[in-house]
Amino acid sequence: MKMVIHLNINGKEHELLVKPNETLAQVLRGPQLNLTGTKQACELGDCGACTVLMNGRAVNSCLVLAAQADGSEIETVEGLAVEGRLSPIQEAFMEDGAIQCGFCSPGMMMSAKALLDKTPSPTRNQIRLGIAGNLCRCTGYYKIVNAIETAAHHYNGKEGKSE
Amino acid sequence: MTTQTTPSYSVIGKRQVRKDVPEKATGAAKYTADIAFPNMLEGAVLCSPVAHARILNIDTSKAKQLPGVKAVITAKDTGDILWGHSPARYDETTLAVDKVRHVGDQVAAVAATDEQTAKEALELIKVDYEELPAIFDPIDALAEGAPVIHDRYPDNITIQVHNHFGDVEKAFARAHHIRTDRFVNSKTDGAMMEPQACVAKPDLSGRLTLWTSTQVSHYVQRTLAIALKMPVDHIRVIAPNVGGGFGPKASAHPYEPITCFLAKITRRPVRLVLDREQVFWHNRARHKYVHEMKTAVDREGHLLALDHLSVLDGGAYSSFGVITTYYNGSLLTGPYRLPNMKYDGIRVYTNKPASGSLRGHGGITNRACFEAQLDMIAQDLNMDPIELRLKNKMGSDEVTCCGYYTGNLSVGECLEAARDKSKWTEKKGKLPPGKGIGVGTGFFVSGAGASVYRSEVPHSTVILHVSDDGSQVTAYSGSNELGQGSNTVIAMIAAEVLGLTVDDIQVISGDTGRCPVDLGAYSSRQTLMTGHATKKAAEAVRSQILEAIADLFQMPVDAFTLGDGMVLGTEKNPEKLKLIRDKYRREHRAFADVPTDGPLTFREVNRYLYNQSGSVVGKGTYSPGEIQEFKDWKGSAVGSSPAYSTQTCIAEVTVDLETGKLTVDKVTLAHDCGFALNRTAVEGQMEGSMCHGLSETLFEQMLFDDKGQLVNRTLGDYKIATALDVPELDAIIIETNEPAGPFGAKEVGEGCIIPILPAIINAISDACGAVIMDLPVTSEKILMALKAKEDAKTDRFVSEIPPNELKLLDIAREITQKWEQNFKK
Repeated sequence: MKMVIHLNINGKEHELLVKPNETLAQVLRGPQLNLTGTKQACELGDCGACTVLMNGRAVNSCLVLAAQADGSEIETVEGLAVEGRLSPIQEAFMEDGAIQCGFCSPGMMMSAKALLDKTPSPTRNQIRLGIAGNLCRCTGYYKIVNAIETAAHHYNGKEGKSE
Repeated sequence: MTTQTTPSYSVIGKRQVRKDVPEKATGAAKYTADIAFPNMLEGAVLCSPVAHARILNIDTSKAKQLPGVKAVITAKDTGDILWGHSPARYDETTLAVDKVRHVGDQVAAVAATDEQTAKEALELIKVDYEELPAIFDPIDALAEGAPVIHDRYPDNITIQVHNHFGDVEKAFARAHHIRTDRFVNSKTDGAMMEPQACVAKPDLSGRLTLWTSTQVSHYVQRTLAIALKMPVDHIRVIAPNVGGGFGPKASAHPYEPITCFLAKITRRPVRLVLDREQVFWHNRARHKYVHEMKTAVDREGHLLALDHLSVLDGGAYSSFGVITTYYNGSLLTGPYRLPNMKYDGIRVYTNKPASGSLRGHGGITNRACFEAQLDMIAQDLNMDPIELRLKNKMGSDEVTCCGYYTGNLSVGECLEAARDKSKWTEKKGKLPPGKGIGVGTGFFVSGAGASVYRSEVPHSTVILHVSDDGSQVTAYSGSNELGQGSNTVIAMIAAEVLGLTVDDIQVISGDTGRCPVDLGAYSSRQTLMTGHATKKAAEAVRSQILEAIADLFQMPVDAFTLGDGMVLGTEKNPEKLKLIRDKYRREHRAFADVPTDGPLTFREVNRYLYNQSGSVVGKGTYSPGEIQEFKDWKGSAVGSSPAYSTQTCIAEVTVDLETGKLTVDKVTLAHDCGFALNRTAVEGQMEGSMCHGLSETLFEQMLFDDKGQLVNRTLGDYKIATALDVPELDAIIIETNEPAGPFGAKEVGEGCIIPILPAIINAISDACGAVIMDLPVTSEKILMALKAKEDAKTDRFVSEIPPNELKLLDIAREITQKWEQNFKK
C-alpha cells in the first residue's frame, strides 16, 4: 500500500507516492527524484552521510520515514548552488581541499549549512561540534573545519538558500 | 611549512584545486550505488549465520516462487573455480561450495525487481548446515588434530616466512644490551565511507560491463575472467567515483562475480550494494598480529640485530596475507641501519572474516612494537630517544640488510624538523606528571616492485590524445582515483610538460574498456608509477610537436619550447607562422580562437598537425625493473620499491593518573614525500593518515563473540575518530628530490599512518611510566598498567601480552624450529 506525500525539496513542490516503510533517504535517492547527491553509508544514523535539512534542521535522512516528512521543506546538496552559482560552503570545500573521496561531503556540507544558518560566526570548536555526527575517513577533518571557517567569513545567512 | 625552496614550475608544486571537486561538491558525482538502468534488478546476498559448517542442502524453491524474484543462485550456478589475491594461494570461490568458513561467508544470492523483494527472498532460502567445530584463535588452529579450514592447508597455515639477513646470533654475542618485548593488536576494519557496490550490465553479445567501487579495476577484470570463465576483454570494469578504499578495495571481492553471474543469468542489469554489516564481513583490512622482538645494541646505542617472531591471525581466506606476512618482516629493515635481522612470520587460518590490506599494509604493528622498544632501549641507555634514532638513521643511496635501495631518504631531516617544531628539547623529561611527549618514525614503499601476478608487463601505461582542435588533451590511464587525488596529479604532470593548464587536461581513468593497463591504487604507487608514465606520454606528445615545428621552420628542435599554451620560438619567423595559421584556418571555419599575432599556440599547432597526419597521440609506460635491480631471495619482490618514504611523528598527551583517561593534545608530523606535486593534496594525505592511525591507536577493534559473530558491526559500535577526537596538528612537508620519482615525487598516501601509533605509546610512557604494548590503547589498559606499576614499585611498567598470546609465540617458535631442522636436512 503506497501513500501520497508532499515535499518541498530545494524550493520545488513534489507530490510523491511512497511506501510506509520507505525512508526519506530512499525516496530522495529513488527513481521519482533521483537526488543521488545524498549518500548512504550505514543506514542507521551513525555516519551522517545522508544529512539533509528538514525545515532548517539537520537530520539523518535514513532515520526519517518519508511519511513523517510529509509537508516539510527539505534541502539537499543539490539545492546548495543557486542558478549555477555555488554557495560559499561549496566554494570553500573545493578551494580548501576539504573534499577527498567526496562520499561524506554532501552530508558534511549540509551540517555546515545548518550550523552557519544558526551560528554565522562559529568558533573552531563550535564547527567541530556541528560536524561531530558526520564521519570522514579521508581528511582527518582539518581541512573541513578550515573550509567551514572560510565559508563563515563569506556567509550572510541568506546566500545559497534556495528560494 | 616547507623546509626547502621549490624549483620553478608553472603547474606542479603548487596548491591545485582538484579536478573532481565541482562534481563532488554539487552532488552530481556518481558513485556505483547511484548508477541505475531501466529494467535493472536489485541483488542481495545470503550470508552464513555460523562460523564453520558443512552445507548439506540449499533449497531455493520457495525463494524462486516469490513474485518479483528473477534469479536465485548458489555455488551450483557459480561453480567451484578457485580465485583470490595471491595466485599461489587462491582459496576462495564465488559462493560457498560445500562449506562456510566464517559468519558472513556468502552462501546464495538473489536478483529481484526491488531491494525489499530481494531481501524477502533471502529469508525463503533454506540452508541445512552441519556445524563443524570452529576455531577463532590461532592457538587452536595450530593445535594437534585441529579442525581443518581448507583441505589444501591441513596445518591451517597460509604461509610461513623465515628470513635470515646477516648473522643475528653472532651479533647478539657481542651486544652490550639486549631487550625482548612483545606486542599485540586487534583486527581492525577499513571503515571507508562508501560501502562496496556493484552494477553489472550484460550486452546483447554476452559481454559484461561491471561498475564497481574498487581500487584496482585491472585486477578485478582479471579475477572476473577466472571466476566467470570469460575472455578478459569481454568484461569491462569501470570504477566510477570511489568513496574511499584504504586497502580493502585493493583486490576483487566475491560480490563482484556474484553480481556478474546474476546479470548473466537474468540478462538484465543488476545492482548489488553491501550494507554496513556486510562491509565489516568482507573488508579484508588489518590483521591481528602478535610480535616478539629481541633487539641488540652496542654501548653507543647502535642497532646490531633484530630477531622478530610474529603470528598473524588471517581469518578464513588468504586474501593479501602472503604479502602481509613478508612485509611484516622486511619493512623493519629501514629506516635505521640494521645490519642483521632474523624474521619468522606465520599466518594462520581461523574461522573469522579474512584479513588483508589496510593503509600502511604490513608496516603498522611491527613498527609500533619496534619503535616502542627503541624508546625503552634509549631509556635503558640513558639516551634521548631522538638521539638514538638519529644515531641509527639510514642515509640516501644505502641498501637495507634485505636489499632494499633507499634512494633519497631523509630520516634525519624528518626527525630534526619534528623535534624542533614541537620544541621537544624543552619538553622531553621536563613535563609534569601526567603530561608526556613521544616520538615515532615510519618507513614505507612507494609502489610495489612486482605485480601481484608474476609478469613483466609495464605497471603503468598512459596514453595522451590531443583533440583535433587542440583545445583539449585527454589522458587515458587504467589507474584508480579513490579520493586521494591521482587524476589531478596526472593532469598536473601532463600540463607541466605540455605548457598547458590543468583545465586543458581531461583524465579518463579506472575503465578497463577505455584505458591502457595500470595496476591500480595500492602500495602508494600511482604518483610515482602512473606519474612516470604520464610524464613520458606528455614528453612523447611534446617531441612530436617540436620536431614537426622544427622541420617546418627549418630550425633546430631546441629553438622551440612549449609554455603558456604556446609554441615559444615560432614568433621568430612571422612569415612561416602566417603560412601555417592561414593553412589550418582554410580547412574549417569552426576555429574561433585564431590569434592575429604572437607565437603559434598549442591549439594552432595541433590543428595543423591534425590536418597533416591525424591527431597527436603520445604513449608512456613505466616498469620498476628499469630503475631497480632486486636482490634475489624468496619474497624479495614484496617490499622492493623504486623509492621509500620516511616520516616522524611527535605526540603530546595528557594521562589522568586517577582514571587512565588519555587525551592526545598535539601532534607534529614531518613526512619526506620527495617533491610535493600538489601541496594541498599532500597535506590532506598527511592529515588523513595521521587521524586514521590515531583512531586505530585509541579506538578501533573488531570484537567477536565465542561463536565468531562480530559484536560491533555498526559504525556506532565500531568507533572511528570524529571531528571531536583529532588533536592540534603541525604537518611539515620535508621536500626532497627523489631520483626514482617523476619530478622527484614519491609516496604520501600511507606512510603517515605509521609513526603516530608508537608516538602515542611512547608519549604515554613519558607521561606516566606505563608502556602499553596492546592496541587499542584504552584508558582501562592504562589504568591497569598504572596499578601494576604501583604494585611493582617501578618507574616503568611494560604491559605483558595475554597468556594465550605468549603460548602462541611458543608454538610459533616450535614450528620455526621444525622448519629450520627440515631446512638443514
